[in-house]
Amino acid sequence: MLRLPEFEYAAPTTVAEATRLLHERGTKAMLLAGGTDLIPNLKRRQFRPELVVALHKVEALRGIQERSGRLVIGPLATLAEVAAHPAIRSQYPALANAAAMIGTPQLRNQGTLGGNLFLNTRCSFYNQLEEWRNSDGSCLKAEGGKCQVAPGGKRCWAVSSSDTAPVLAALGAELRLVRHDDERMVPVAALYRDDGINYLAVQPGEMLTEVLLPVAGTWDRTAFLKLRRRGTFDFPILNVAGAVKFGAGNVVERISVMLGAVGSTPMAIDAQKLFAGKPLDNAAATAALQTQAGKRATPLPNTDASHVWRKRMVRVYTARILKELAT
Amino acid sequence: MAPKTEYAVIGGTETKVDGLEKVTGRTRYADDLSFPNMLYGRFLRSPHAHARIKNIDVSKAAAMPGVHCILTGKDFPIPFGPLPISEDEHVLAIDKAIYVGEPVVAIAASDEATADAACRAVVVDYEELESYMTLEEALAQKGEAIHPDHRGGNVHKEVPLEIGDVEQGFAEAEYLREDVFYYEGNTHMPIEEHACIGVPEGIDKVTLYSSTQNPHYGHRLLGKVLGLSPSRIRVVATPVGGGFGGKCDTFSHEFSACRMALLTGRPVKFTLTREEVFYTHRGRHPVLMWSKIGFKRNGKITAMYFKSFLDGGACGSLGVASTYYTGALQPCSYKIPHYKFEGVRLFTNKPVCGPKRGHGTPQPRTVMETQLDKTAVDLGIDPATLRLINAVEPYSKTVNHFRITSCGLKECIEKVVEASDFRNKWGKLPHGKGIGFAASVYMSGAGVPQYWNNGPHSEVTVKVGRFGEVQCLTGSTDIGQGSMMVHASIVAEVLGLHTRDIMVLNGDTATTPIDLGSYSSRVTFMSGNAALQAARRMRDQIAGVVAESFGVTADRIEFREYKVFNADNPEQSMDWPDACALTESKLGAQSSSGNYTPPDLAGPYKGGTVGPSPAYTFTALAVQVDVDPETGMIKIEKVWCAHDIGFPINHTLVIGQVEGGIYMGLSEALLEEMVYRKNRLKAPSLLDYKTITVAEMPEIETHLICTNDPEGPFGAKEAGQGPLLPAIPALLNAVYDAVGVRIDEVPCSPDKVLFAMEEKAEGGAGRYGPKAFLEHKMTSKPVRAPRPAEWENGNEGRMS
Repeated sequence: MLRLPEFEYAAPTTVAEATRLLHERGTKAMLLAGGTDLIPNLKRRQFRPELVVALHKVEALRGIQERSGRLVIGPLATLAEVAAHPAIRSQYPALANAAAMIGTPQLRNQGTLGGNLFLNTRCSFYNQLEEWRNSDGSCLKAEGGKCQVAPGGKRCWAVSSSDTAPVLAALGAELRLVRHDDERMVPVAALYRDDGINYLAVQPGEMLTEVLLPVAGTWDRTAFLKLRRRGTFDFPILNVAGAVKFGAGNVVERISVMLGAVGSTPMAIDAQKLFAGKPLDNAAATAALQTQAGKRATPLPNTDASHVWRKRMVRVYTARILKELAT
Repeated sequence: MAPKTEYAVIGGTETKVDGLEKVTGRTRYADDLSFPNMLYGRFLRSPHAHARIKNIDVSKAAAMPGVHCILTGKDFPIPFGPLPISEDEHVLAIDKAIYVGEPVVAIAASDEATADAACRAVVVDYEELESYMTLEEALAQKGEAIHPDHRGGNVHKEVPLEIGDVEQGFAEAEYLREDVFYYEGNTHMPIEEHACIGVPEGIDKVTLYSSTQNPHYGHRLLGKVLGLSPSRIRVVATPVGGGFGGKCDTFSHEFSACRMALLTGRPVKFTLTREEVFYTHRGRHPVLMWSKIGFKRNGKITAMYFKSFLDGGACGSLGVASTYYTGALQPCSYKIPHYKFEGVRLFTNKPVCGPKRGHGTPQPRTVMETQLDKTAVDLGIDPATLRLINAVEPYSKTVNHFRITSCGLKECIEKVVEASDFRNKWGKLPHGKGIGFAASVYMSGAGVPQYWNNGPHSEVTVKVGRFGEVQCLTGSTDIGQGSMMVHASIVAEVLGLHTRDIMVLNGDTATTPIDLGSYSSRVTFMSGNAALQAARRMRDQIAGVVAESFGVTADRIEFREYKVFNADNPEQSMDWPDACALTESKLGAQSSSGNYTPPDLAGPYKGGTVGPSPAYTFTALAVQVDVDPETGMIKIEKVWCAHDIGFPINHTLVIGQVEGGIYMGLSEALLEEMVYRKNRLKAPSLLDYKTITVAEMPEIETHLICTNDPEGPFGAKEAGQGPLLPAIPALLNAVYDAVGVRIDEVPCSPDKVLFAMEEKAEGGAGRYGPKAFLEHKMTSKPVRAPRPAEWENGNEGRMS
């Protein structure tokens, strides 16, 4: 079998202990939650941490509870737990659906919500064995060579492949990020940067300790759609998340739509400006939203399926998310 | 539900003899085996598609503690290949590497991590050469040929064949069509990665435990390449966790494990990683095809001219046979009065292609069945009827001289039409929904072995012990298809026992007699016949002794329900163990042997040995789909299949084989592709190489058509490969019925469907596929053969 590289291993039992280790080791340390992505990536030598900090003994990071009218999800809650949780299913079905569409049943039992939010960006030139990557040039993200997807440019085009990120961003969820000596709250949308390598806007030594959903009733309807070629197993090659609050007369009061997996970051499309005060089936607004989404999305040939087709699907799925929100 | 039969075991639904240990995880596959002092082997593979090896420096690796053995190409100077006519492989690359992933250095160390680290410490100095990654590049050959000593350069094999006079046939046609089609390559993807262990034994002897379909061929090749008498080599096939043709060849890891075991005196295990399985490959050839076919207005075929270009990858493997197979079976499902075939296989700098389930026939079958569908639309004849008009008949000769015996093609077609309500659905479902039809033919075993010899193709020994224990010894291997159950069922039926009473020992060149292997859908037919003969001989031996004690003649003795008794007076009986003990006391140790050699059925022309089989199976299949017109994505709603099995040895096994074949066909049709980025395989992983999953599998309704083949054991024919074939064209035909576009390319991915729909909406043809065929002038002498006598005077092949 493929062997893991050598690394030091720590399994702290408290957040304080974990953040202290992150503070001491800086970028040389990596967190291990469910491991469903980290372990295969390590085997492929996509990175070589000095220290792997396993979180499974930190009980404080588990569980889903209600606090002051908000659902608070521990980052170690498994995707299966999120998908099955009655309050999430009734209040935020988009989140439950997104979690239920990640990987396979086995992976959802092991994989965590925190892991999916922090999921490393993916690229079909990057998620390969070291020997493969180095057999014809190298990879900007892994070895610091030249980007194989867009060799002319200087940036990395690895793809944000989280299914829960666009949903939580669309919902306006917040994250509690903790460091050894302080903590802060950030909206999910602010967690990401449009850069395949430095895809997270986190400070050195920060870790996620809570995911806070908005209070019940913030949205009337939420929806999530995922494009992939098989009904299981696959990462998204496009996903769309939406949330809507209706005002009097069934017109849109607030609406939020996010695109995922067609760039290095989840992307907001400005539905609010187009739909505020209009019904969801407004044809002109829909067409404008489709155009805007099509412009925002930058699918490249570094995932499964043709990128030309994926670009086409952005328009189709943008219209479909509006229909989902309407029904 | 299996229909009731006259048999106690045959045709039933008894559980597989090896089923329980498989579903409870107790089966010991090759990688589960372990031996004291075992070393772990690992390969350093080429990072280049085509590169001269200027120097290999192993000094750092050799100095690492725990490294016991390092081999390079010069340690294996003898080239080899599964077919004696193309021995162009090396265990480890010599002088140059010819595909990314080719083994270059083999290292055995005390543990896997050390072997891995040692491989990383080897320094190989390469000089890159012009690489050939496509048919066009291989044909243009701008630099050094992949095999410089090969006479044809990058052209590995040419097959030019004409039977009858196609020009005359086309002149008689009232409707002609030409189509170009591209079928992308794909791989077997067995869930068990290849693994083997070489174990040194006695003085200069070695046993190889390996996940292999063909231990006998491996035995022969190991002797040749290791320079060792086969009498010093034993090959044991471990239970195979999926083969599909991918474990037919003898591989670098098998040769290396044996050589390293002999050199170090310690067992050496190799277990390939998933990525390495992709490089080991021997999968489906990418094939570019051109087909011209002529019809009368009434739907009768007048002639066919078929051309194929196979992208073979870096070596020959079984590619010569693959090339012939792209032209062999077209005339075996439909009556084609004149037939011309030109096949060309090219070498490219990619992992080696070879036999995958259907071996060289799914690609041409897909072209022919989609052409029939297009013809049906143009001629206004429904697709099922068009096939019935042309269907081959039982006991006939095909125009390329193959003998058809039992044949249930028409029954299969009619069964599927009825079960699927095809005629009320085709062309009548709402836009987006469609139903497609296809039929096919396949062989029950190849008529000739892979190396020339006069021996039987299958030999089986049955041994009976003092307590009534029965062993059935066969060289065949169980690759999941159920060959152990087939042998147990046949022996149990003849001796009046239950399958659990039969201990099947298989695939061991030291203890079991020869069987050529589990390929070509040959085991049930050939080894099954050998088992039947061996069991009957054993029955006769025991019947003779028991008859004497009963004072009756041997022909009055029957075997049933664990008893041996006088048919005329069932009260006069003996328990099975007592009969065995009595026989042993009279005659000594009891064993019997059976053999099977297929009749000589070769066509009277060069290449006429590829395609003849003692029996053919026929399949008809319909697929119903739902195509999303906005995305082009295809959902398969249901599959109906009728398969002419001859007679099922075990009903459940056959259904399993039919469903497995259809699964594999649908997966190829929708998703699977071995595609490259410059020199590198795009997706060598289980996640990224897409196959359909349980979430995509539709319900399959299978009907077995029993034609009782006169030469098959209990009338049986094959089930392992045939049902795959029509699934692919039926799906493409269903897509046309749903949204009106022709996808002349496999896989049929949603982008292709969508682009073809857009083209049609803009007034175009509504087709996605290659525009042109490749120009190539054959250098091989054309082979022309007369039509069989059975085709003279307007007789369409019927044997009187």
